[in-house]
Amino acid sequence: MSLILRNRREKRFKAIGFSAIVFSLLCVISLFASVITAGAPSFKQTFLKFELDLPAEKLDKSGEKDITIMKKISTVGYKKILLQQLKLNLDKNGIDYSQLSKKELQNMISKEAPAQLRYAVLADPTLLDKTFSWETLANGRVDAYYKGRVTFESAQIDVMVSPKQLILADVMKDAGVLVVKFNPQFFTWPDASDLRPEAAGLGVAFLGSFYMMLIVFFLAVPISVCTSIFLEEFAPTNRITDFIEINISNLAAVPSIVFGILGLSLFINFGGLPQSAPIVGGLCLTLMTLPTVVIASRASIKAVPPSLRDAALALGASKTQAVFHHVLPSAAPGILTGTIIGLAQALGETAPLLLIGMVAFVREFPSLPPGGVMEPATALPVQIYNWTVRGDPAFVERASGAIIVLLTFMIAMNLLAIILRRRLEKRW
Amino acid sequence: MNVLRTTLSVCSMLALSTTSAISRDNVHAAGSSTVLPYATIVAEAFGENFDFPTPLIESGGSGAGRKKMCEGVGTNTTDIANSSSRIKQSDIDRCASNGVNEIMEVRIGYDGIVFASRLENKGFENLTPAMIYEAASDKSTKTNWKEIDPGLPDRPIMLFIPGTKHGTREVFEKKVMEAGCKAVGSYDYFKKQNGDNKKKASKECFKVRTDGRSVDIDGDYTETLARIAANPEGVGVFGLSFLLNNTDTIYAATISGIAPSTETIASGEYPVSRPLYFYVKNAHLGVVPGLQEYIEFFVSDDIAGPDGPLAEYGLVSDPELAKTQDMVAKRVPMGPLE
Repeated sequence: MSLILRNRREKRFKAIGFSAIVFSLLCVISLFASVITAGAPSFKQTFLKFELDLPAEKLDKSGEKDITIMKKISTVGYKKILLQQLKLNLDKNGIDYSQLSKKELQNMISKEAPAQLRYAVLADPTLLDKTFSWETLANGRVDAYYKGRVTFESAQIDVMVSPKQLILADVMKDAGVLVVKFNPQFFTWPDASDLRPEAAGLGVAFLGSFYMMLIVFFLAVPISVCTSIFLEEFAPTNRITDFIEINISNLAAVPSIVFGILGLSLFINFGGLPQSAPIVGGLCLTLMTLPTVVIASRASIKAVPPSLRDAALALGASKTQAVFHHVLPSAAPGILTGTIIGLAQALGETAPLLLIGMVAFVREFPSLPPGGVMEPATALPVQIYNWTVRGDPAFVERASGAIIVLLTFMIAMNLLAIILRRRLEKRW
Repeated sequence: MNVLRTTLSVCSMLALSTTSAISRDNVHAAGSSTVLPYATIVAEAFGENFDFPTPLIESGGSGAGRKKMCEGVGTNTTDIANSSSRIKQSDIDRCASNGVNEIMEVRIGYDGIVFASRLENKGFENLTPAMIYEAASDKSTKTNWKEIDPGLPDRPIMLFIPGTKHGTREVFEKKVMEAGCKAVGSYDYFKKQNGDNKKKASKECFKVRTDGRSVDIDGDYTETLARIAANPEGVGVFGLSFLLNNTDTIYAATISGIAPSTETIASGEYPVSRPLYFYVKNAHLGVVPGLQEYIEFFVSDDIAGPDGPLAEYGLVSDPELAKTQDMVAKRVPMGPLE
């Protein structure tokens, strides 16, 4: 082949390789751009600022601040009081609301607000005696107006919101009664029903995911380190170990849903563990993560040069001492990176959780571990899935927000793995 | 060595936990994704106003929910199955074989099923089951709505209907396909062909076209919404509550001149609706804390009544709610299916 032809071929190959990279980068950028534009608004929320002067005679009928009696006033009662308080606040600011029907006015406030007020009053009954400023969520559609999803045109045909409400919202915003600001509750509050998308948060999902990661970490690391040390250092090379090795590689390629089926029959039906609990999810994800960590650990143990072992043995160390004092510390960075990558993979997994009942509506926060791992929870990817199937478009926005959060965690974990590898890895 | 010790202790902790059945202090329900939004609204309000924890509501489909409930008695099984279709004899048999003998059937209200197109492509007025049958049947060769009826828009036929795993599909088949089939006279023809076998004739009516003009959607309504966004001339099947949440993007066709709304469905003028249920395992009443209170709260006038939050979300309130309340209070189990 002539030199010109060979050079041309090389150029062509380079161009193809470069365009492949450009193409994949473009794909990633467009994915990120679409998720971020759709999800960024979920970190902001519209709030209403109230001066509350609660009618003590209605909320505390005994007059003695007896909690058991005060509990009898349900959120329906608080809802009425909030409407009355909203009117008072609007009057005080000289805002005219006569154009709005009672229902329209009531629907300016989130349906979560009465519950929040009830919690606040029950937690601190002295609130009844004084005037205090209070902040609560505005209705989801009003919030959507400030995020651009609702406009005056769409409000005319939307049965959930009317243009009059939007006009009032604008006036309230000018008067400072309504503010749009950062929404920390998105990270701390639990999920909410379809009637109040504005109150839905990631709190329970965070805890559930965190508990599962704890379980995966404390189970997968010791088991896979033991497995890899045994296979690499102690086990003889024969058919049995070959068989085990093939199966570990096979296990790494098993679809994750299979681990869910296994978890359901083994841990829930046979083992009697509770449904929807992080413990079962953690165990399933441990099974899923094990082969990944085993393969990474074995590779890093294998990479430790034999001269190190030989030197230790020559100086009189036992095999176990050589392994635990010299081989394992040298292999630790590799094992750690493998573990972090395995954890990141487990964090984003949804399929096995579907079968063990974690794809659910959970509003109660699980308590602290170890007891908390037995209580129901959801997980981040599950929460994303749950929100994407809801009817109100506000949930799609929140799902995109949750995707951003999940992606941030993934990037942080993978970045940590890379940094640790760079910092700690020894070159022989 | 520390590593080994941790592993051992974790393993023993697990072994300990598995030997004793774990008691549960919250209500656990599973089932239909159509009932799910209503159930979550009730669960949320229940958690706020009672001293019991908020019930846990799982989705996964009506059939899966009933199957789960019928797995047996004990706090490790679910208490309630949410269902958008009536329980089947096979479920009752499975329940009985697992020791679940008493089941309470609670009808919570009605759900409307609507045919909707993109807002910019409205124009389907006075649609009838017969027209939809002519558009969706596998015997149909028509490709444009105008061919079916000159009053319909000049638009290619493109239907997105719920997949066979959905409870909504059953209603679509019974109330639309079969009704349309009867109206155009095909039903009698199929009956004659199959030797007067009604079941076979119905089955023949249920068959939808496979030439790509009718697409089964196995996902949720959000998927149907995305599909008609991609095919703006398409018509999708939605639930009434989904429509109410999205009236700024989709427009529902009127059936025989009646627009779908909670009022027209309650009065029976709008023909395509179905009852929604949940099934309660009676053996768990009084055992799982809050279960009795939750189901009584669910069917109370404040919640399931015509002015309650469920109606606000699109549930058509049951006119016989008082009867249901009475049944729930007395814990009357359901009798055999008729």
